Amino acid sequence: MENLEYVLQMKNISKDYYGNCVLKDINLSVKAGEIHAILGENGAGKSTLMNILFGMTVIHSTGGFDGEIMLEGKNINIKSPQEALELGIGMVHQEFMLIPGYSVTENVKLNREITKRNFVSRIFGEKLETLDLKEMAKDTRKALDTLDMDIDEWTRVEGIPVGYMQFIEIAREIDKKNIKLLVFDEPTAVLTESEAANLLTAMQKIKESGIAILFITHRLDEVMEVADNITMLRDGELVAQKKSDETNVIELAELMVGRKVEKIVREKRDEKANRKTILEVKDLRVMMSGEEVKGIDLKIEEGEILGIGGLAGQGKIGIANGIMGIYPVSGDIILKGEKLKLNSPKDSLERKIAFVSEDRRGVGLLLDTSIEINIVVTAMQIKKTFIRNFVLFTQINQKRIKEHTLKMIKMLDIRCRNEKQLIKKLSGGNQQKICIARALTLAPDVLLVSEPTRGIDVGAKKIVLETLVRLNRDLGMTIVMTSSELAELRSVCDRIVIISGGKIEGELKPDSNDTDFGLMMAGEYKKIHSRGDEQS
Amino acid sequence: MQNQKNDKKELDIDLLEISEVVKKFLVANMVTMVFAILGIVGFMFSGLSLPFFVSELLIRMTRNSFLVLALIIPVLAGMGLNFAIVLGAMAGQVAVIAVTHWEIPGVWGLLLCMALSVPLALVFGYLTGKLLNKTKGKEMIASLILAFFANGIYQLFFLVLLGGVIPMQNEVMILSGGVGLRVSINLATSIKDAADHIWRLSLPWSALSFSALTVMYVGIRRYLNRAKKMEERTIRKHLVYVALVSILALWSLYIMNTDSMFNNIRIPIVTVIAIIVVCIFTTFILKTKLGQDLKTVGQDRHIATASGIDANRIRIIAIIISTILAAWGQIFFLQKMGILLTYGAHAQVGLFAVAALLIGGASVSKATIGQAILGVVLFHTIFIVSPLAGKNIFGDAQLGEFFRAFVAYGVVGLSLAMHAWGKQIQAGNSLKS
Repeated sequence: MENLEYVLQMKNISKDYYGNCVLKDINLSVKAGEIHAILGENGAGKSTLMNILFGMTVIHSTGGFDGEIMLEGKNINIKSPQEALELGIGMVHQEFMLIPGYSVTENVKLNREITKRNFVSRIFGEKLETLDLKEMAKDTRKALDTLDMDIDEWTRVEGIPVGYMQFIEIAREIDKKNIKLLVFDEPTAVLTESEAANLLTAMQKIKESGIAILFITHRLDEVMEVADNITMLRDGELVAQKKSDETNVIELAELMVGRKVEKIVREKRDEKANRKTILEVKDLRVMMSGEEVKGIDLKIEEGEILGIGGLAGQGKIGIANGIMGIYPVSGDIILKGEKLKLNSPKDSLERKIAFVSEDRRGVGLLLDTSIEINIVVTAMQIKKTFIRNFVLFTQINQKRIKEHTLKMIKMLDIRCRNEKQLIKKLSGGNQQKICIARALTLAPDVLLVSEPTRGIDVGAKKIVLETLVRLNRDLGMTIVMTSSELAELRSVCDRIVIISGGKIEGELKPDSNDTDFGLMMAGEYKKIHSRGDEQS
Repeated sequence: MQNQKNDKKELDIDLLEISEVVKKFLVANMVTMVFAILGIVGFMFSGLSLPFFVSELLIRMTRNSFLVLALIIPVLAGMGLNFAIVLGAMAGQVAVIAVTHWEIPGVWGLLLCMALSVPLALVFGYLTGKLLNKTKGKEMIASLILAFFANGIYQLFFLVLLGGVIPMQNEVMILSGGVGLRVSINLATSIKDAADHIWRLSLPWSALSFSALTVMYVGIRRYLNRAKKMEERTIRKHLVYVALVSILALWSLYIMNTDSMFNNIRIPIVTVIAIIVVCIFTTFILKTKLGQDLKTVGQDRHIATASGIDANRIRIIAIIISTILAAWGQIFFLQKMGILLTYGAHAQVGLFAVAALLIGGASVSKATIGQAILGVVLFHTIFIVSPLAGKNIFGDAQLGEFFRAFVAYGVVGLSLAMHAWGKQIQAGNSLKS
């Protein structure tokens, strides 16, 4: 009997990708009319858990998962997202699944259009039944009314505010007749504060109608506001399960981040030394979809390692890409007192800024060419080195390239058969070392490194990080390191800025406490501290 | 005094708004405008009489509209301009060649042609659709090249295999060597004028009947919806229709009682009805579930797939419909021409239809029936007037001929460039905001 109380139960869910454990023994139970929040950093296992719930192919093509899922007390085995939808599990997507050229009604009823028969459809089948626009509009109106939306059901979606779009998505889900469980995947990420507040009210309403809600987010105050229960994941493990009235934002922030920080040995920088600013950005805006930067002022000191942290999609990746001019950018970038030409990767490179891209295989490497060419190609282009000049024509200087490559292979401990090996045959870690080798070949003053340890194994991770520290300490190179892994930033950086919502949320020392890091990552730091100011 | 000033101010604002609207309208319809002006100026300089021009234009409209209409559905399915309607035209021609060989004349010949071309067009359309699904995002260039490739196979078949490998005995159609079809085939023994000569009416009478039908249509619509309150826009639209056809009817009555040359123009009613049926068919399809799926796939393939629509299947259906319409369009075209240029009749079909559609104001992602018809009118106006206008202005008819070719290719290039340009502007605006 007890089972029936819960709409969804997930029991002992574990999942590994080729021996790499990403979820361990997760238990989760959601009652009808309950808002259950799932909290965690990027990579904590939230999306994997949802992928399992929706039967995504990534799960089944990698050997399935362990544990069982029960819907209203019945054991279910979901093989595809379509199946999940049929069982009454709905999803409100982070990016909108809306067609701009369509009216609200057409979007709500997308591929669930109501049709009526006509004389042609009697012969050729139901695909040729005419749309019953009136009935469609009636259903849509009902769904919109449930959400207290006064928007006309025939308005075209194109041009209506972003906040409304989210509601249309929700209207689509609650219009589905048998909906039992609704998953909100970071629904407030793109909304303004008042829009987010409206959304939370709507969630309360949906909850009252008896639908269970799984609310995936990293905004802690929203969780405190609407959630009944909270499940906290960290590194694929269930850290805590709490009732929301038994906890508070500070505790949640601590739980979200809390982990040991392993310091990679290096002497502390002299705090007092009066250091020059080498690179400064003013009101930097970068149009990189998914990682948009919305106005950042930042000073980078000569000879420091600056860490840029924050959750995925908040804009931290956009900063380095903007400085390099790879994505459309506006604002001022000042290098050693002189303005940099915007949107010109060539100018940035010529002015001795080097970049190790987060998109290693896409932007970073020429996968079908040899190690040596990958290491020297940018230097050949920008600095005209490794080239023999015969006045009328030029030739590649094979001898010098080989010497240089061998030096780099030794210095960075690149594991390869020889310097002519093709890049695509190397492991992720060695590929990353080659990206760094190429940046070093340019002998840069400032080195921008994005996600240097993404997708590489633990041993290689350590070598990469140590290399960065060594470059900084021995050669005095200024390094700006962007990473999703806070622990990694804290182990090598002199100071760390946290980006949230495309803006700087705050700056911290590596040894600042976990709570501050957690609050900043969640974008709560400023809010809480300004509240504190008002009270005092 | 004060009042007057205020009035003036308001008037200024109104004028500003109006000029804004006009500006937007001009920018949006730039291509169409330019060709409308070219057509009018060309007509004035050509020295052609109005009845002669109208007669020529009507012939070309009844001949070519079908093929242009065949392009609309793939555009709406997000597949761009389907240059591969050439394959449809080939399917039509194969049927016409067969029927001419069997010497089945008149309406039955025409119907047989249409029936025969369907299975061929189905296969061609299916294969084209398969190919275009493999070349997503590059459908237009793929369909263009496919048309060239198909032309090669077509030539191989009719020039080498037919009479050689595949036996065919027909002294009139086969080249004297016994292998391959002749370059031109006379259709007098088969479908020449098969549809056109069933029923013809003089222009004034046709116009009068059209007016009567329109009034009846509006009347029936209002009668059926008498219980409900109709939208103001619909009522206004109906009023405009009735007003326009009344003028047309008055004009026809006036012409009928003169000995104007307009009385000598004869309209092939059956062909016109066929074109109207295609228009109604297209409108109908777009109002069905299939049509909604088509549009959804056209607007965003990713979202369509995510909401459970089989985008690849829908795209293939769109191309099949287009190919069948093109096959029939080519058959109607040939019955009007009366002669089949075996190796040339289909070659330019795609280009000319695409150019006409673009001149009508359509783009690679948007097309309506109105744009198709308007495009045919403007495109063929240029075709009719440019040789004579060229001769009268520059003293050289050749120049006008060049201009026609220039128009066909130029407009396609220009429209595609303008489409890309518009997208760039949009992207730029989104960065600013």
